[in-house]
Amino acid sequence: MNSVTQDTAPQTIQLTYREAIRAALREALQKDDRVFLMGEDVGRYGGAFGVSKGLLQEFGSDRIMDTPLCESGFTGAGIGAALGGMRPIVEVMTVNFSLLAADQILNTAATYLHMSGGLFNVPLVIRMGTGGGKQLAAQHSRSLEGWYAHIPGIKVLTPAVLEDARGMLWAALEDPDPVLIFENTLLYTMQGEVSVPAQPVDIRYAKIRRAGNDVTLISYGASLFKALEAAETLAQSGIEAEVIDLRTLRPLDEATVLASVCKTHRAVIIDEGWRSGSIAAEISARIMEHGFYDLDAPVERICAEEVPMPYAYHLEQAALPQPAAIVQAVQRMVTRHG
Amino acid sequence: MADFCMPSLGADMKTGILVEWHVQPGDRLKRGDIIADVETDKGIMEVEVFEDCIIDEILTQPNTEVPVGTTIAKLHSAIGQESSATSAQMIVQNGQQAAQGTKELVLETQPGVPSTLESQPIASIPPPSAEPSESQRLKISPLARKLAAELSIDLNQVKGTGYAGAIQAQDIQAVALARTQKQAQISPEVEPAEAVAIASPATVQPQLRTEFQTRMRRAIATAMSRSNRDIPHYYLETQIDMSRPLQWLAKENQMRSLKDRILLIVLLLKATATALTDVPELNGYWLNDNLQVEEAIHIGFAISLRQGGLVTPAIHHADLKNLDELMMTMRDLIERTRGGKLRSSELTDSTVTVTSLGELGVQKVFGVIYPPQVALIGFGKITEQPWADQGMLDIRPILSVTLAGDHRATDGIVGTRFLQRLDFHLQAIAQP
Amino acid sequence: MNSSEEKIHSTVIILLHKIAPEADLNKLLNHSDIRQTLGIDSFDFLNFTISISDTFNISIPEDDYGKLVSLADIIQYIKNQNPQFS
Repeated sequence: MNSVTQDTAPQTIQLTYREAIRAALREALQKDDRVFLMGEDVGRYGGAFGVSKGLLQEFGSDRIMDTPLCESGFTGAGIGAALGGMRPIVEVMTVNFSLLAADQILNTAATYLHMSGGLFNVPLVIRMGTGGGKQLAAQHSRSLEGWYAHIPGIKVLTPAVLEDARGMLWAALEDPDPVLIFENTLLYTMQGEVSVPAQPVDIRYAKIRRAGNDVTLISYGASLFKALEAAETLAQSGIEAEVIDLRTLRPLDEATVLASVCKTHRAVIIDEGWRSGSIAAEISARIMEHGFYDLDAPVERICAEEVPMPYAYHLEQAALPQPAAIVQAVQRMVTRHG
Repeated sequence: MADFCMPSLGADMKTGILVEWHVQPGDRLKRGDIIADVETDKGIMEVEVFEDCIIDEILTQPNTEVPVGTTIAKLHSAIGQESSATSAQMIVQNGQQAAQGTKELVLETQPGVPSTLESQPIASIPPPSAEPSESQRLKISPLARKLAAELSIDLNQVKGTGYAGAIQAQDIQAVALARTQKQAQISPEVEPAEAVAIASPATVQPQLRTEFQTRMRRAIATAMSRSNRDIPHYYLETQIDMSRPLQWLAKENQMRSLKDRILLIVLLLKATATALTDVPELNGYWLNDNLQVEEAIHIGFAISLRQGGLVTPAIHHADLKNLDELMMTMRDLIERTRGGKLRSSELTDSTVTVTSLGELGVQKVFGVIYPPQVALIGFGKITEQPWADQGMLDIRPILSVTLAGDHRATDGIVGTRFLQRLDFHLQAIAQP
Repeated sequence: MNSSEEKIHSTVIILLHKIAPEADLNKLLNHSDIRQTLGIDSFDFLNFTISISDTFNISIPEDDYGKLVSLADIIQYIKNQNPQFS
């Protein structure tokens, strides 16, 4: 044999986060006839964030549906389709607009299984953009995935790395109950590698993205990369941070978080939501409840400032969690004071 | 007196040209009056003041281009108070400063309307309470309190060095270490050029070849200093003549295809596992003031991650696996570690840890025990050295092996016996 | 380098990239020690050797391990072992 044969290691390709989701959508549409995508501008426009570009041409208007500007209406339609045996993927442009569909999500999708005594599952997947940082100001920059994580009956996913952007969608479609997937819009252009063929991922467990012994940084979504950046800065002072990517906000993988805090004795949670009543607050409470005797310092939270998101660039940056603040918090916990 | 700064009049405006002043020092302005004309990419704009004020000083000459945020005039509030900022200069010097928490931006609204931004560091801990009085509870972390009880340390003797004077684990350990320092047997053979700096966590000797090694050393140095605070360590070192095992390995691999080849580290792990069956006191956990010997031998093996950092997944039942099985397990673990696909049981199950830095050129490894384990075995690099055997001098490949032991669980006799057995099993591999 | 050597060289680079995806392969000169320059450990190097063996259809006895130090060494070795590449 003279040819250069395939080697033993799996192949990988370079993709953006956006392309990874598109690949996930294509795979889902190809594998299962019941799957279809619906939302504002997903068809002819190719998606408000370009995620579904080309899919209308490939799969036709029965599978890729442009909806009217009515979140409550089309989310309800998606719920109905799911109840009727389809596997719809509802795209709500951003979490800000999902507030108009909140009643459908909470009172219908999340609750039917319970109210029907276990008879009716709602196998619905809702994808939403989330997060700030693009100067889209007060009404278009929120991170409300923490709010949704409050609701029993649904799962809340927050893919940060490309492998999860590529793999979580199928796992979500396989789930018989509603799953919300939050895609931080700043991540769409992020480049990375995914395996070919794509590896299946679970949607239950957090992952340790960086190991360390001195402090545990807990985060998700775009904030994960701020935590990793902070960890690199801290390493230069000899402080090794362990960074956990939660991946799923509901159900929270407590075990991974607690095992880590048990080892490092210190925790900082980085969350782009507002501090009060945030998912960071929830995690902090759980660490206190189950890891109290292992803590060497109070658990800290780095969250967004409690203001409507400012428009001006430097004000917005000041309002969002930043690596420098993470570093400061850790140094306060770790270094000796006197 | 307050600063009037070049305002940002557009999302991406970085500089502006002060074209013309509409005022001079001494002028009194009302809220909404125009103070100057500023030219940007988009044309000339009139800039107003947002508060009644009096002009004190003009700093920038007309037709001067300055970066956004530069102070171009001084004025003061006409209400008569010292106002620290006016809304016209609510833009901080630059966004980066704001992001780093030097938050001087304060949005002054009309008196009576509370400002919505707080000028405090972003992550604020509750401020320390008032001066401690006799009846005040001791400020001590739960972990420190637990440790103090374990080590029978009187909390009144401990000085807290945590934030706001809190007593932390490191403070308890400082007292404990001072108390037990005499008992610990510390091997004095530290070669500063090659071994890890035991001194202080922050200083790392910059004599290493690659970035990768530097980061690994740093991680070890830091973890070591922390582990040293928590665990009273003793260190033992031995040299092992590797000529027989290496010969055996070469011969063995010659008979195997490339894919089935065994690496040296597998030999070392197997010998370690077998030696642990002889000296089980090093395979277990220190919990609740007691040594809990574990029957199963799960060896944690330190694997470096591509992006820096160390993970130590467990090789389960290392003593029950043969060399081929160990080799397969190692391969699988390394692949999954680098791919981020470890199971949580693999991260928590280790009963003892092995670290091998020999490939990177480190001669001796003085390791850090991962609590609640009670031992760590370190393999250094194999080097050609003069060796005396039965009265004859020869050059042999010599491996330096170190053992770090938890002095609460075992002492030097146990550690020495382990190293002897390790040597024995490595030599025995050459015999059928 | 003649064209056959160039082909070998580029294939070897691809295999190296799979082993050490984050390494800057531009830093690797023809006579640099691969393991030291790229910080590759024994497991990765074994995998790399296996991939060389599979890709170029040659066997690499244990004694020859030490011959595979630099790119130049490897290319020469491949040429010697497989006449198709000479």
